[in-house]
Amino acid sequence: MKKALALAVLALVVAAPFGLKPYGIYLLSLWAVMTIAAIGLNLTLGYAGQISLAQASFVGIGAYTAALLTTQGWPLGAAFALAALLCFVIGWLLGYPALRVAHHYLAFVTLAFATLVYLILRNEEWLTRGVYGISGIPRPTLLGWSTKAPLDFYFFCLGVLALASAAAWWLLRSPWGRAFTALRENPVRASSLGIDTRRYTLMAFAIGSALGGIAGVLYAPLVQFIEPTAFTLGLSFNLLLMVIVGGAGRFGGPFLGAAVSVLLPEWLRFSEGLYLMIYAVFVMLLLALCPSGLLGLAERLRDSWPRFFKSAT
Amino acid sequence: MAAVLQVRDLTKSFGGIGAVNGVSFAVHEGEILGLIGPNGSGKSTLFNCILGQLRPSSGEVRVDGRPITGMRPCDLNRLGISRTFQLLQVFPQLSVRENLLLAGQEHQGSMWSRLLGARDAGLSAASGRMLELFRLAALAEEPAGALSYGQQKLLDVAMAFMAGPRLVLLDEPAGGVNLTMLAGLRERLREINQAGKATFVVIEHNMEFVMSLCTRILVLAEGRIIAEGTPEEIRSNPTVIDAYLGH
Repeated sequence: MKKALALAVLALVVAAPFGLKPYGIYLLSLWAVMTIAAIGLNLTLGYAGQISLAQASFVGIGAYTAALLTTQGWPLGAAFALAALLCFVIGWLLGYPALRVAHHYLAFVTLAFATLVYLILRNEEWLTRGVYGISGIPRPTLLGWSTKAPLDFYFFCLGVLALASAAAWWLLRSPWGRAFTALRENPVRASSLGIDTRRYTLMAFAIGSALGGIAGVLYAPLVQFIEPTAFTLGLSFNLLLMVIVGGAGRFGGPFLGAAVSVLLPEWLRFSEGLYLMIYAVFVMLLLALCPSGLLGLAERLRDSWPRFFKSAT
Repeated sequence: MAAVLQVRDLTKSFGGIGAVNGVSFAVHEGEILGLIGPNGSGKSTLFNCILGQLRPSSGEVRVDGRPITGMRPCDLNRLGISRTFQLLQVFPQLSVRENLLLAGQEHQGSMWSRLLGARDAGLSAASGRMLELFRLAALAEEPAGALSYGQQKLLDVAMAFMAGPRLVLLDEPAGGVNLTMLAGLRERLREINQAGKATFVVIEHNMEFVMSLCTRILVLAEGRIIAEGTPEEIRSNPTVIDAYLGH
């Protein structure tokens, strides 16, 4: 059942771009990129239970790494390696406050970090070109396959998403995934069972941030022009929303949440000026009625259906 | 007999109020030591100070002669010291088997082998034995939260034994467990104690359970040890009766 569902989703995302206009394909690519960043945040927040309002900053660090390297003629592969490493290390360091504070206090620490990154991107013109941004970011060529066209670049994003999902899947099925869950649910008990909560907390931050960086490396050649305001708190909140709307701590959550966040506003465009309001009401209703997100809602329906059928017959 | 655990002059006060006031005792290899006393006498605080959940105000704790005061709970656990808490603490959404795997996984290999290696961390045999021993095999794949309270309590205790510890501190293992299951729990604890020479310290209010399980008993009142002896001696000690019945 789960396998069939996964195959259906795979078939859908492969078939979806055919027949779409470039803007539609751009949105699908954006979905793939945002899903990667949300998978990272889901690790940190959904599984390990550490709130972060700085995921957009890691997307920004990744995007600027890619933009600066590839406009100098470096291959995108180098940007992936450097951004992942850089975000892993910075994420690890950002994890230290999480060892002392939790919940909204931790949210404020990450908020301060996000502001810091934004100020660097905006003010350090020698490095980032400040408010002028960086344009002309090239799309990569892989073993002779140019990803310049929207459709090709979409499949490139999809490939990276597949790799990132496989890595996250492996991680969450390993003893680490179990340790993350224990860390989120009951850190005192976890630590009494020999789980080094300190090290796992830092790891959760580092790996989640590295995935944010990888998403950023894809984001730069997708939009081909980046500037600091793309990576402010708005994006962080959006990523947070994706994780929560999809279903935090559930593997499929980020995929679904990113789809809702990227595609739903577009589908609501027929309502013109009202679309953001409809979207906001939808999110409020969903979270009030089902805090475990869309996947939590699906689970609830699945569990109550057999009962419904039994009482009907 | 060698002392597995040695507590010397342990004191813990909260804002000037002493919860534990200069407690000293030793636990010998293979012993089952009972720790009893009225509510608020400092038993759980003592456990928390020994196991690093709380930092003692003063005093020293040694395991096998090695000072462990101030060490982190996870490091102590990996030295072979394990515990249960007064309130049941299993992970309700993990399956029974996963709870056991979790309790054993950090005791072998490195961080990296746990990431790249097998999902069961090579513990399938060990977890199977524990499931058999605590009669939980039929429930292995159920989420722990779906078990009855008594069964969860058994799982909670089983988790403490998963990594083959040499010293186990049990905080009210019998609380809320029905009589049949209680007899089973006592048998399991005895079996493990005799087979593995594991040493236990047990906090318990159920006198029948303590008296029939423990080889020696310490009585704590107002953060001090007021009596020590075999179950028979404790039963007839006037100071103990006084502490329990009030002044």
